Amino acid sequence: MTSIWIVRDYESCTGCRRCELACSLHHEGWFWPEASRVRVFMPFPGVEVPHLCAQCDDYPCVEACPTDALTVDENTTAVLVDQEKCIGCSKCIGACPGSVPILNPETGKATICDLCDGDPECVKVCHEARYDALRLVEERMSKNRKLFSRHPIEVARDLAVKFFGEKGEEVI
Amino acid sequence: MPRGYAGKYLEVDLTKEKTNDTAIDERTLEDYFGGRGLGAKILWDRIGDRWAKVDPLGPENILLALTGPMTGIYPGGRICVTGKSPVSNGTVGSTASTEFAHELRTAGYDGVIVTGKASGPVYILVTEEGGEIRDAGHLWGTIGEDTLKMLNKEVSEELTGRKPNVGLWKEPGMIYVGPAGENMVRNAGVMTKLCHACGYGGYGSVMGSKNLKAIVAKGRGPLPDVWAPEAVKLLWKKAHEELIARDSFRRQGTGYGGWSTGATLSSEPVRNWQEEWHDERTFGGPMFENRFWVKKYWTDFNCTCNCMKLSCIPSGKWAGDITDNPDYELQSYLGTNFGIFDPADNIHLSALVDNLGHHAIGAGNAAAFAAELYQRGILTEEDLGFKLEWGDTEAFDRLLWMMARREGIGDVLAEGTYRAAKKIGEMKGVDCMPYVVHVKGIEVGAHGTRSDHDFLAHDISYAVNVQGGDHTSVASDGFRELSGAVFSDSGVICSFARTPQNIIFGLAKAITGYPITIDSWRRVTGPRIVTLQKALLLLGGPDVTWTPIEDDDNPPRFYEPLPSGPWKGRTTDRELVERKRLTYFETLGWDERGIPKAETLQRLGLEDLEPSMKGLRV
Repeated sequence: MTSIWIVRDYESCTGCRRCELACSLHHEGWFWPEASRVRVFMPFPGVEVPHLCAQCDDYPCVEACPTDALTVDENTTAVLVDQEKCIGCSKCIGACPGSVPILNPETGKATICDLCDGDPECVKVCHEARYDALRLVEERMSKNRKLFSRHPIEVARDLAVKFFGEKGEEVI
Repeated sequence: MPRGYAGKYLEVDLTKEKTNDTAIDERTLEDYFGGRGLGAKILWDRIGDRWAKVDPLGPENILLALTGPMTGIYPGGRICVTGKSPVSNGTVGSTASTEFAHELRTAGYDGVIVTGKASGPVYILVTEEGGEIRDAGHLWGTIGEDTLKMLNKEVSEELTGRKPNVGLWKEPGMIYVGPAGENMVRNAGVMTKLCHACGYGGYGSVMGSKNLKAIVAKGRGPLPDVWAPEAVKLLWKKAHEELIARDSFRRQGTGYGGWSTGATLSSEPVRNWQEEWHDERTFGGPMFENRFWVKKYWTDFNCTCNCMKLSCIPSGKWAGDITDNPDYELQSYLGTNFGIFDPADNIHLSALVDNLGHHAIGAGNAAAFAAELYQRGILTEEDLGFKLEWGDTEAFDRLLWMMARREGIGDVLAEGTYRAAKKIGEMKGVDCMPYVVHVKGIEVGAHGTRSDHDFLAHDISYAVNVQGGDHTSVASDGFRELSGAVFSDSGVICSFARTPQNIIFGLAKAITGYPITIDSWRRVTGPRIVTLQKALLLLGGPDVTWTPIEDDDNPPRFYEPLPSGPWKGRTTDRELVERKRLTYFETLGWDERGIPKAETLQRLGLEDLEPSMKGLRV
């Protein structure tokens, strides 16, 4: 079975954060970076890491949810959050290898990338700007996806070394 | 409650160690918008008649970090730092792009108003819970990259501790000062994001004078509500389409300017402006791009303009030095103006200046001024402690450190070029003013006017500018610039993220609901802001007061003929300057000496300036 997935190319991320704006426009109706399902971390200037759900093949967040609020969309393989059932316990965040989910700053409910029903807004704006740091691919479900579910600071440390060489070891 | 504003400002009294929220009335917001305009208004309201007596580096000065209603929504959100300028003794709306701006707005604040002086080093933390004054003893003395690293970690950990269950906390946004600001180098910058600076105006030294190392903000809320959200969304999209279509600017930024501005426009400072032309191809854009640009498309929050390119020196004695392009101003002021035409040397000095928290234009101008005095034998090896030859990167490196630490001759140069020239002139009994490239104390940006081929108008761009040598907001005809830079700096948005004016003004109106038009800015709001700034500049003091009309002039060097290049022999036409200056004053309703007329003050709602202006007219 194949499904869509957002490939992230960290080096190409310019830090414009339009992904955050487009995501929150779509889901919240307004510009709201911290309610966005994709957030760009920048622990050191120039080292920008778009952080979003990688759809792990074993979905540890779904497993960890005590109220069955989290389910997997059959078509997109995205994790869906039932706002009624979610109690904002943050167990999904703890279970995620990359600590990706957030609690919405207003509702306190789990907030996870839902792939916009198959046509992610973040990917669109990133492509429009010709960065393609986030790209949509269709591929087989694989264990590889989970490799992208990493703590953004760890990713940033790697990137810093790639950009700055030895100096990169000290900046984050 | 006006739309487009978060609705409150954080007031911080560092002397009393108190913070509280304050609001600004709707009328004032509509009349002055935000940033530069609002800043001048707040300063006049609070300082008023005492203006000339207030020492910009004393506790009586007020430091403002302001956004505008467009900040974060229009591409390229910036912060505007202002206050009474220790360089011009007037005000400068000094802006820089930074995530600090939208973090502040999403935390619920449109700006921070800092008064008094802390008893020891502190920083201010702004969150949705309000403002906090925190100890910065451990941060005092740190260079830019360490300040950033330490504060990112410390504040992220602190906020995580307060709310551990909401998910990962992203790093905060911040503005800070380096050692130059701490040591009150008069023209020091307020730094942000490693290599961005609110440079003009010297507000880094104002922060230093208040023992304020940084202001840090982290918000979790939405950007403020607007008047017409659907129109805003549409225009936001259109603005980005425009920016994305600007191919060559996105590819090169201003990072190709270090060679091309000199070689093709002949308007680049070379060896303290003794020349404005060079054809040193070692300094060409590709020489930077091919070897040093590790990220070619780099940008700030909500911007697709991509003028920045992340640079790092990969090997050699300066391996690991990080900066952006450098942009044109730093390529010239820390390159050609030092007689340096080597990209690695230039990147090194740029990274150094950023880390020290110097304003690159100000410090670069002062250091090159010293090198010209050395060339002329006015300053000697004995005065400096070393030789200061053109092109000697190590020597300039050393001098920039001495300035930041106020050591030896660095202590004199740390007063900025104009004040240093007065002091050295007294010391040596020589008139150093012919070599000072400043207007109203503000070191002139890296765009000369003699060739008349750069973006500025020949002749009065700087001479009558209320922000002196500031190239980001020059005077043109008393009209166009008011809906240009004066608007952008008040908005507070980036003037590099330029889109057609109907988009910009359409957004301004859709965001605020105010009946804003290009015309209203050219005829009312813009004139109100620059007239207020002009009045404050004229009041000046306490150490320097500018003489009306006499000081509304170009630096002497701009009247010397260009010694080289395609426009060799060309210079500024003094007669034209005098004529256009008068026209400029007339357009803005100022008298023939540049003092705002009573009827103008009346028309613009600035009547309360009349008593002070009246005194100047006699």
